[in-house]
Amino acid sequence: MSLITVLILFPLVVSIVTFLVRKENIRSAIVRVGAVGTAVLTVYTAIQYFNSGLILSIGETEMIDLFIIVVEVGLAAYIITTGIRTKKYLVSLFSLFQTCLILWFEFTQKAGIEVETGIVFDKLSGVMVLVVGVIGSLICLYAVGYMKAYHDHHTEVKERKSFFLAVLFLFLSAMFGLVLCNNLMWIYFCWEITTFCSYLLIGYTQTKEARNNSLLALTINVGGGVAFACAIVMIGMNFRTLELSTLISMKPEALVLIPVFLLCVAALTKSAQLPFSAWLLGAMVAPTPSSALLHSATMVKAGVYLIIRLAPLLGATSVGRIITLVGAITFLACSLMAIAQRDAKKVLAYSTIANLGLIVMCASIGTQESIWAAILLVIFHAVSKSLLFLSVGSIEHQIGNRNIENMNILMNVSRKLSIYLMIGIAGMFLAPFGMLISKWVAMKSFIDSNNIIIVIILAYGSAATLFYWGKWIGTLVSNGSGKNNGHHGVFSLDEELPIFLQAVIVVFSCLAFPLISKFAIVPYLSDVFGGTAMAPIGTGNQIIMVIMMAMLILLPLGYIPLSKKEKSRVTPIYMAGENAGDNENFIAATGVKRKSDLSNWYLEGYFGGKIFTFWSNMITISILCVGVLLLIWRWAL
Amino acid sequence: MMLAIQIILIVVLTPLVGGLLAGFDRIISARVQGRKGPPLLQPFYDVLKLLQKENIQVNKTYKFYVYVSLLFIILTAVIMLIGGDILLAIFVLTLGAIFFVFGGYASQSPYSIIGAERELLQMMAYEPMVLITAAGLYMVSKTFFIGEIIARDVPAIVYLPAVFIGFVYILTFKLRKSPFDLSLGHHAHQELVQGISTEYSGTELAVIEITHWYETIISLVFVYIFFVTSNPISHVFAIIACIVVYLFEIILDNSTVRVKWQLALKSAWIVTGVLSIMNLMILSFFKF
Repeated sequence: MSLITVLILFPLVVSIVTFLVRKENIRSAIVRVGAVGTAVLTVYTAIQYFNSGLILSIGETEMIDLFIIVVEVGLAAYIITTGIRTKKYLVSLFSLFQTCLILWFEFTQKAGIEVETGIVFDKLSGVMVLVVGVIGSLICLYAVGYMKAYHDHHTEVKERKSFFLAVLFLFLSAMFGLVLCNNLMWIYFCWEITTFCSYLLIGYTQTKEARNNSLLALTINVGGGVAFACAIVMIGMNFRTLELSTLISMKPEALVLIPVFLLCVAALTKSAQLPFSAWLLGAMVAPTPSSALLHSATMVKAGVYLIIRLAPLLGATSVGRIITLVGAITFLACSLMAIAQRDAKKVLAYSTIANLGLIVMCASIGTQESIWAAILLVIFHAVSKSLLFLSVGSIEHQIGNRNIENMNILMNVSRKLSIYLMIGIAGMFLAPFGMLISKWVAMKSFIDSNNIIIVIILAYGSAATLFYWGKWIGTLVSNGSGKNNGHHGVFSLDEELPIFLQAVIVVFSCLAFPLISKFAIVPYLSDVFGGTAMAPIGTGNQIIMVIMMAMLILLPLGYIPLSKKEKSRVTPIYMAGENAGDNENFIAATGVKRKSDLSNWYLEGYFGGKIFTFWSNMITISILCVGVLLLIWRWAL
Repeated sequence: MMLAIQIILIVVLTPLVGGLLAGFDRIISARVQGRKGPPLLQPFYDVLKLLQKENIQVNKTYKFYVYVSLLFIILTAVIMLIGGDILLAIFVLTLGAIFFVFGGYASQSPYSIIGAERELLQMMAYEPMVLITAAGLYMVSKTFFIGEIIARDVPAIVYLPAVFIGFVYILTFKLRKSPFDLSLGHHAHQELVQGISTEYSGTELAVIEITHWYETIISLVFVYIFFVTSNPISHVFAIIACIVVYLFEIILDNSTVRVKWQLALKSAWIVTGVLSIMNLMILSFFKF
């Protein structure tokens, strides 16, 4: 059995064992061992194959194919009955259609199509495996501590920790399969498993809202699965192949572009791009570890991974243009909508969708530089976003809610958590952190490929990003008084260790980005495009960025007062001469003491509300329709 | 070695020129208002006086941010003036500006926090145009390095007139001039007291003033880049252009009142969008 197979199967085994063990202590131990094991295995596999890569052909696939068919049919039966039971007939219809299509294809058309290479481990899969394995297992580790605290706080939710933790590991296993497989049928299978896992995780609390949102997620993603299944059938019947690598090496002609468009639509649903983004926003109802997993290491990254893979076929083709536009509108609209949110998890969700939009834009432009930026964005987004989600999860337990306005007391409640959170936020938008490096290159590549509108959209979106992250950090440093409602949870080591490690990874990955570029991304691009690729950022600038990073790390030392002797007088803050003694109250009109109360700007009149969402959805839907028309037109010619 | 000397000169001379400009600004403003105005070196006297003041603070942390802000603004000036990457300079400039905002938040004072929020809003208003300016310059010269952008035969202004106008429009934010001085007026407007800087005194106020001198020069360097070519005489034109733009901003400052934030944001975004789309589209049509 090869290492790759072990990597895919290990989380699966952990998942099954976790599900079966009901004793809390033993299960926690198993999860910890499983998480550490997955991480170690991931790193080991990456080291083993990173340089030379690996192309694996699996001889006897009949058994695997049969197993896949059986699981798929079982899954379909479950989804169809669920749909009928909950009167969501659309999901049943989608599921029925795609399963019949795949079964028909499997038994009548597939004979004679040989799949030479079942598994490919190249630099891109290497990067993805590392993201999924390392970030994912840290989230699983965190889940142990978090779920304990969660059930202490939420006594109304039925305790199903075994189930929850088991699904997390199943998810990781499916993601490994998804990024490593080259056989489209297998990718499709893993794709459906991740859809199903996300459905289970979102519905965990079993409240009405959670059930509705999980069904919405299922409907949208199974809908994406329909597009995926159609694409497979078209590729199989037209070209007699089922290999992703073969598809990518084809010429972008009309007959190829139609299935590529369908695959992109599937990817857009999975990556929650407009107009399919509603499910990811609804996914917030789930406990935090599952949101973290969905937003950083798994689910949404599956979609952009597929688009990055298909990037060489997109570029200047009509499909590429359409997907770029959808990504751009998503980036702009969601960056603006994030301004109007007070709920920390919602801000994170909108920013995830916006950043995925950016990745989709970069990938679908399809030049070397832009794909460079896209891959780097995937890495940096995964590390920063997962840190942010985990921090917000713990903060919710500490201060009792996750409203950004209330986080001004966080410095007093837990200084560590606010610093972790700040590192995460800085990672999302400040120079010299990673996301910004990627945006820089994105900008360059958009101009090089002559996409003026996209350049302008990027400029506006970045400005909006600056605003909402800026006001969040501002609230954190504004350090209000610590007199809160006394709602202090325990910040256990189970929660803190993964958060700490992720903060370290965020900082480290920013320092090491020239190395990531040199050893992973540039070789991958040289491979795909032939010839030698170049890192789009010059060495001089890379050095300046690293120096800045070092400066930022050292800066907190400035907090330490150098000389105690220095005389400084502490005065009350300015209240227009009407101080009431402390720094919180002032003497109001009739001599009454009033508390000064400030709130951030959310510009809800502009970017909040349903109308903005409606119009952004309308625009993206019309763009996709234009895409369909263009393809039909080209095909007909 | 040459580079080190160059950097030291930039760090020392930039605020001196910036301070002189501020003095010039005050004289012109006074003349516009029918007053005589202070001597040219008044800003320097002010800063020296501030440095001697007693150290007063409202809490332990907020002063720290002002120094960080200055540090990154100096870095921006250095990157720009040694001909470095313009996008990198913009990002570092943003970093400096945002640390200043954090300082406002950290003081916990209502007036400061309102000022800080307004500053953030202003950043959101002007940031697209700054990025698009860099993009436009890249389109005409195929490089982000200022040293290479200005080594061309034709000045960028010929290709980017609309982008230039857009940039001058948002320059008003950057120079903290009316009608867009929402976060920190240099005149004692009553509505905001002094915005972000309400709680700063003594040394830190001096640092804020010096930071602003750097920022003024950085802003004018953008204007400068539009006019300079490989021909040495073009530097004279560029300096004249900077002086004209600065004079224009002073007159504008004295002839307008502060607008509401809604108008500031909307107008900045609309002007940016219309002018830059127009300009860049035409440019890309002719395939640069």
